[in-house]
Amino acid sequence: MTCDWVPKLDLYVDGELSGGELKEVEVHLQTCPTCAADALNRLQLKRMTQSAGRRFSPRPEFRVKVAQSIDAAKPPRWAWRWAPVLAAAAALVLMLIPAAVWLQYSRSEQALGELADLHVSTLASANPVDVVSSDRHTVKPWFQGKLPFTFNLPDVETSPFKLIGGRLAYFQQSPGAQLLFDVGKHRISVFIFQNRAELSRLNSGSSLTTKLAFNTESWTEGGLWYFVVGDASPSDVHDLSELLRSARS
Amino acid sequence: MADRRTDAESFETLAMPMFTSLYNFAHWLAHNREEAEDLVQEAYLKALKGFASFQQGTNFRAWMYRILRNTFLTSRSGLGMKMTVPLDREEDAVGPPTDTPEAALLARADQQMLQSALERLPVQFREVILLCDVEEMSYREIAEIIGIPIGTVMSRLSRARKSMRELLAEKMRGASK
Repeated sequence: MTCDWVPKLDLYVDGELSGGELKEVEVHLQTCPTCAADALNRLQLKRMTQSAGRRFSPRPEFRVKVAQSIDAAKPPRWAWRWAPVLAAAAALVLMLIPAAVWLQYSRSEQALGELADLHVSTLASANPVDVVSSDRHTVKPWFQGKLPFTFNLPDVETSPFKLIGGRLAYFQQSPGAQLLFDVGKHRISVFIFQNRAELSRLNSGSSLTTKLAFNTESWTEGGLWYFVVGDASPSDVHDLSELLRSARS
Repeated sequence: MADRRTDAESFETLAMPMFTSLYNFAHWLAHNREEAEDLVQEAYLKALKGFASFQQGTNFRAWMYRILRNTFLTSRSGLGMKMTVPLDREEDAVGPPTDTPEAALLARADQQMLQSALERLPVQFREVILLCDVEEMSYREIAEIIGIPIGTVMSRLSRARKSMRELLAEKMRGASK
């Protein structure tokens, strides 16, 4: 005959009973030797199964392999550690780029402004040029020994431009040539300096042209930096620039 | 990125201490080392991948065992297991111990006999015994891992233990012949 309490015995040995139920079973086990023996056997089987069931151990190298594959699935440590720094640096760069662009633009404005000032002060002078001649073969040799470089002057005879003469100019602590041309009633200065990195970075297309109502054009050629400025039309400034670029003597 | 890193580190801290137990369980399910290693490796990677969606405060151990068990079910031997094990019947819930006198049976049984009996148990009985007796999990945890009601855990355990006793008794009879 099976005792009514038998269904509770597994719950008892598995620790699934609590409170009132647990107490009831414990009281019953004290009075029912059959259930007490049964519970003891179940407990013994459970203990033996526990011991027998802990049978297989992973190979140490397998544990290492799994740990490594978990590690490989992680984002790289440097990226994790430096992520906030990288994010901050990226933000800073994003802020600095417009600042650097603006700074470059501002420096360019300032430098070209100086050249425009030179042009204006030349025009205001009673003796705008040191060598007065419309002959390029007179003007060009005048600079010999005064400049550490030489340059070509175009033949403007057949063009609307007229060479007035030339003078020495100083820009950013370097000597250069300033040539004055007439076109109609307008005067145009052509500045020629030895090219330097900071000169070639100057942007003649800046807002200077609109601010000062001057038209400008600049380029580098043969190690020299040319800057053409005047109140003549953009096409005149461009045509004179083309003539200068095509000059071979 | 930082979260992913922290996740992986928390996962490692929680999951690696149960490596031996999970491997043992996998080996009992799969019956061989090679397949057990495949199961454990796959389960760990699956768990790591799903760790972000793991609800903090829920039972991590049960979650890991469930992933391992599901990995086994979709493995070749796991698919075979589903076809060969009959469904539980609730009415079979609590059967009396086998006819063989329990004390005498257990007194004569050794570790090897128990291991052999465990091996011969249908895998659905074997897993419930391993989870309850070896891993000392509660019925609730077992129910969560296997995905069955607690009542079914109880009846399945009871039937599994009955089968264990029968297999042991059979072994004894064979040994005494």
